[in-house]
Amino acid sequence: MNYARTVIALACIVLGLGVIFPWAKTIIILGLCYGLASLGVALPARSGQVSFGHAMFSCVAAYCVAFIAKAYPTTDGLLLILFGTLLSTLFAAFIGLFMVRYRGIFYGMLNLAISMVIVALLGKLYSLTGGTDGIRVDRPTMLGVMTQRSEFETILLSFTLVVCIAAGWFYQRFIKSGSGEALLGLKSNETRLEYLGLSAQRVLWVGYVISGLFVSLSGSIFALAQGLVTPEMGSWTRSGELVFITVLGGVSHALGPFVGAAIFEAVKLTAAAYMAGVWQLLLGCTLLVVIVVAPQGIMGAVAKRNKQQANS
Amino acid sequence: MSNPILIAKDINLSFGGVVAADHIDFELHAGERLAVIGQNGAGKTTFINICTGYLKPESGHIFFDGKEITGKTPRSIVRMGLGRSFQLPQLFVEHTVQECLEISAAARAGKLSILKSLSHSVNSAEITETMELVGLREHAHERAGTLPEGHKKLLDVAMTLMLRPKLIIMDEPTSGVSSEDKHALMALVMQALEQRGVTSWFVEHDVDIVEKYATRVAAWISGKIAADGAPNTVLSDPQIRKEVLGDMSC
Repeated sequence: MNYARTVIALACIVLGLGVIFPWAKTIIILGLCYGLASLGVALPARSGQVSFGHAMFSCVAAYCVAFIAKAYPTTDGLLLILFGTLLSTLFAAFIGLFMVRYRGIFYGMLNLAISMVIVALLGKLYSLTGGTDGIRVDRPTMLGVMTQRSEFETILLSFTLVVCIAAGWFYQRFIKSGSGEALLGLKSNETRLEYLGLSAQRVLWVGYVISGLFVSLSGSIFALAQGLVTPEMGSWTRSGELVFITVLGGVSHALGPFVGAAIFEAVKLTAAAYMAGVWQLLLGCTLLVVIVVAPQGIMGAVAKRNKQQANS
Repeated sequence: MSNPILIAKDINLSFGGVVAADHIDFELHAGERLAVIGQNGAGKTTFINICTGYLKPESGHIFFDGKEITGKTPRSIVRMGLGRSFQLPQLFVEHTVQECLEISAAARAGKLSILKSLSHSVNSAEITETMELVGLREHAHERAGTLPEGHKKLLDVAMTLMLRPKLIIMDEPTSGVSSEDKHALMALVMQALEQRGVTSWFVEHDVDIVEKYATRVAAWISGKIAADGAPNTVLSDPQIRKEVLGDMSC
């Protein structure tokens, strides 16, 4: 499998879909955001640490975008994304200092606990956050130009696509770098890391911050695409969806979370249309099939097949 | 004799009622190949754990290369030049042999890149040389977790060697290896250590190996050093033969 060609082909398909079905642009952007956020969840997952609260960074970034847009209505969309991502990544860097002290279920549940504290605060501080109704984000200018809804969506779709490709490239570079390999090493042997003179906590922290960066970026874009931010963006169900997508797609390649997100969205939309009452059942069955057939996720199965072909 | 590379002064540590280290005074000199013998539970590994920062002694001081290391973390001790291999090899089982050594080489440099490929940020010639040194060149692309036990032991030592330590402490380097393969493994390890000029200390139960490879032997009994000296002197000591080696004729 030639990954570069696959990425280009998929990018063309995504853009094509957006052009042919203009009504689907927002859905595609949101799907890409899910993929981007899951890419973030995938990084710590490579070290064996699964977070059940990573959606909090998406939520924090989205609220940063909403607050800035409210306070400075003329701020450009790209600047909103930049500041939202930056502030939320700083938050992730701070939270990460505590998280990296824990492993396994404690790591997962502590992330969940903090995410739910944030969700609760956003819901309760009504005068500041709009409570569970959230905050509207008006359509901003993009590169200084005020556009119609359709043009705005096209620009945002293109931008999101470029961001996802760049994030995927960075993910691939990172997992093959010294830090990325050490992160994978942490999964199999933390003791050896320490006896090589490396700080396991630092290795995990670096992964956590980059992971927070990806999820924050997705949250900032999500806020502009949806035009509304609510505390629900950071809820445990959203975090669970990100873990679901990560497991579905696999963590061995950057394409994994995006493939997982595409399948997740497709199953969700199809099920919502034809099996409205039991769409979660269909999602659950899909995950069960993947776990049984491809325990390393879809991209894990692809990598395994590529290796077998190379050896034969 | 050269200055001691490692000094332990009056080290004490107990686990409940069990005394694992009982007023241990110990020195190791550069260039020595020390074999530590003793029955299970005698306190050999506990003392290694104290010297490498895994356990903190209740009292006493340890100095390595002239600097106190008592209570320091394993990674700061490793950075000072004291490496360690384990009774159960501590490997990155999902990585290949070559990748394990590359991570070790990158760790020695102290900085892990987030963009530069690991294989491009280390000296590949050094990796190849180390693999050849310990006889793992042919297994470079095999996953560490799938290697036979003897090769795992060699990789464990090789990963520590990549750190260019001044002293390496090996906890039972031949345990879990068949008696036919033990000597070949030790020969490779000792040859590698000699070539790199590394002082070594290894825990061993096989008397043949101790006699062949050690320049000095220390015998542990109930958290104390019962005998310390030249191999033929210690191994012929009646008390050591009876209590450590299980020779009932003494």
